[in-house]
Amino acid sequence: MARYVVNRLAQAVMLLVIVSAIGFALLHLAPGGPLSQFAVSGQMTQEDLDRVTRQLGLDRPLPIQYLDWFGRMLKGDWGKSYRDGEAVLSVISSHLGATLELMATATIIAVLLGCWIGILGALRRYSLFDSLATVGAMIALSIPTFWFGLVTIYVFSVKLGWLPAGNRQTIGDGSFLDLLHHLIAPAMVLALVETAMWGRFMRSSMLEVINQDYIRTARAKGMPEWRILTVHALRNALLPMITVAGLQFPTLLGGALVAETVFTWPGMGRLFLDSIGYRDYPVVMGILMFSATMVLIGSLLADILYAVVDPRIRVG
Amino acid sequence: MADDMGKFGIEAVRLGSPNRRQFFQLGAGAAAGWSLAGSAIAQTERPTNPPDKPRGQVIAALSQEPTVFHPLMPGIEVDQGVWWQVFSLLWYIDPEGNFVPDLAREVPTIENGGLSADGLTWKIKLRNDVKWHDGTPFTAEDVKFSLELINDSNFRARSRVGHSLVKDIKVVAADEIHWRMEAPYSPYMSILGSLTFIVPKHILEKVSDPNASPFHNAPVGTGPFRWGERVPGDHILLNAHTGYHGKGPYVERVVFKYIPDLTVLYTQFRTGQVDYTGLQGILPNFVQEAKTLKGRKIFVSATSSVEHIAPNLEFGPFADRAVREALYLAINKQAIIDALYYGLPTQTESFVPQQAWSFQQGLPQHKYDPAKANALLDAAGWVRGSGGVREKGGVKLEFTNSTTSGNAVREQTQQLLIQDWRAIGAAMRVNNMPAAVIWGDFWQQSKFNSVLVSVNFMLGSDPDVTPRFGSGAIPAKGGRGYNTYQYKNPEADRLLAEGAKQFDLGQRKTTYGDLQKLIRNDLAILPMFQGFIAEGVKEGLQGFRPNINTSINCWNIREWYWA
Repeated sequence: MARYVVNRLAQAVMLLVIVSAIGFALLHLAPGGPLSQFAVSGQMTQEDLDRVTRQLGLDRPLPIQYLDWFGRMLKGDWGKSYRDGEAVLSVISSHLGATLELMATATIIAVLLGCWIGILGALRRYSLFDSLATVGAMIALSIPTFWFGLVTIYVFSVKLGWLPAGNRQTIGDGSFLDLLHHLIAPAMVLALVETAMWGRFMRSSMLEVINQDYIRTARAKGMPEWRILTVHALRNALLPMITVAGLQFPTLLGGALVAETVFTWPGMGRLFLDSIGYRDYPVVMGILMFSATMVLIGSLLADILYAVVDPRIRVG
Repeated sequence: MADDMGKFGIEAVRLGSPNRRQFFQLGAGAAAGWSLAGSAIAQTERPTNPPDKPRGQVIAALSQEPTVFHPLMPGIEVDQGVWWQVFSLLWYIDPEGNFVPDLAREVPTIENGGLSADGLTWKIKLRNDVKWHDGTPFTAEDVKFSLELINDSNFRARSRVGHSLVKDIKVVAADEIHWRMEAPYSPYMSILGSLTFIVPKHILEKVSDPNASPFHNAPVGTGPFRWGERVPGDHILLNAHTGYHGKGPYVERVVFKYIPDLTVLYTQFRTGQVDYTGLQGILPNFVQEAKTLKGRKIFVSATSSVEHIAPNLEFGPFADRAVREALYLAINKQAIIDALYYGLPTQTESFVPQQAWSFQQGLPQHKYDPAKANALLDAAGWVRGSGGVREKGGVKLEFTNSTTSGNAVREQTQQLLIQDWRAIGAAMRVNNMPAAVIWGDFWQQSKFNSVLVSVNFMLGSDPDVTPRFGSGAIPAKGGRGYNTYQYKNPEADRLLAEGAKQFDLGQRKTTYGDLQKLIRNDLAILPMFQGFIAEGVKEGLQGFRPNINTSINCWNIREWYWA
């Protein structure tokens, strides 16, 4: 098991190095730069732009810039944001809480609702509920998050006035209830696609399990249906969901990026978009490395957990 | 009602307000009478009965996030929104274009002895009742420190235009400072009055790296509001500085709320979550609806920016003035303004805003005349070739036009331009790019054929456009400026040099008037219209005064209050 984990860790580190090199090259080779926003505003002459470029070290050859950045990153110095001069790790951490809050709420909604829909759909296969759930999932997976967010705002904020049209909190309030009030709409929007995915995976997994011989045997032995469902079927059906959970992070992060923009949620997704727009290289690279690490950790944990519960994986 | 008046006397558009045509007439009338009525209007726009002490808060929504709080470092317009609240200038430029003393006791002139007749010696008398937010008295040392910091080679200063001419700064007394200019440079008055905010010596002299210190994220100034808190990606909170040396502030707190999507920003204004929509304001397509909102006032104001087509004058066909004139004649400008901008902006022929003292009246007016454009091209030897595209000497009259991708209205404008120009045998292709790309080397190094862009040519309120149109300011040729058009005209260079050393307003008006005639005649740019902004203010919020001499209209929140 230890060897398996070490192997997977080594692969993860290699992947991170590759991601950093490709990310750095793509980002820096893209036309434009951190100072291009000043060029059109007319506050800075070309001479000013050149001077600041030199001061930021952006006139050095790209490999030198990369090695410099990589070396400092290994020492824990992820650089400073070009926009506000804050340390990258501090910039990321100041946005992380909001994103985690949104993602965690959306995940809880998606897991509970998705699993319930999936289980019920599997148990009542081809019923009206199952058909509706299938159609609903297809619709949910097809709806653009941005559009759904705007519709949610229009219905619940503009028309009904039940929910705030955005923001994480009312400035000056910040109570738990206020936070919750603001969280409902974006979490609901972010959870939509996740719920559909969890529902579909859960249904398939559950179907596979309830058709197994041991379930039939349990039923033949006269075991109560609820016990068969919870003790035998559900536990086994949830196993493949470990992998699903591990691989959901990138999808969730992508969804959060859109939801945060629509709902003016001050999280990582919006920070990433803003930083790309400003060509804030240190922050973009920081978020890239952070996200890649999170994805790899998620996938690694899923693999390890799976290997723990199913020893055949380790052997394979 | 005094506070219903927008910029230059344009009435705020409200429920039951004039229709678009009437609105335009009002705007035109106000603009025409501005020079006569300017100061009177300014008086009527001032708050009449502000509270005795700060009360309530203002939530100002901005579509970009302010992130640069050191006011002498590279920043964009939105950062200025914070600078105006936290810091002070020696003097500022009011909406009527007057220099108003702020940290200085009086604005230096040749008449009051603040300026020598040759414009080389500046003597500034300062207020002695000003304190920094931490209680430290403001002195002439702070001014000296600020000017020297800008010229410090280690400091990442935004711009040294004008400042680099300052020599021999002498603190004569705690409330008086003198310096010498290497050469006379009259636009410096405007440079000092627009974005040269004074920073505290007692804090910044102690930092080891002038480019990074705690001050950068918790600035201390002498302005009407003290730094409160910043929640990155969300908002900035400023608290009233009760010891402020000027009028106000009249609200306890200002919150700059960052809402990147303009549709979402408008929705939050509509639902009452924000009190003011700033910077890019309300999208033109929402303006009509916004006028009908209860409890909201919409101000449509002119800005200093000029929307124009920027030709690269070194690019084949554009080097021929006849081509530029033909293209200009063939643009149905008013159709674009009416169809895409809901008739809100006004046509212009100059790079100077129509409300400025330096604006030259009577420039040749654009007329949509495709027949004349065709005749002009025929006469200039541009003959129609295959596919109806004209050519001359092997050069085809075809080119690309670029703008920021995702800017829907500009992209639609391009479609109309394609149609207009196709009718005279000119083929235009669209080559749009994201902002970070197009305004990089592509723009700076004149790698474009033509660009659809909005530019504020003014230095504060000054019409000195040496960095824009001077032949020595072409970056693609190693010049020190942003003459990306690659415009070269010895007469323009002469006028620019002359204007920059004149201190008499009458003389300067003549010089820059001649320059405007020259640029219009040469068609160095193809002007479309003067920029505009539609801003929403919640009813009851008084004191909003758009200022064409600043880049952001929430410059004077110190004067805002709730009725």
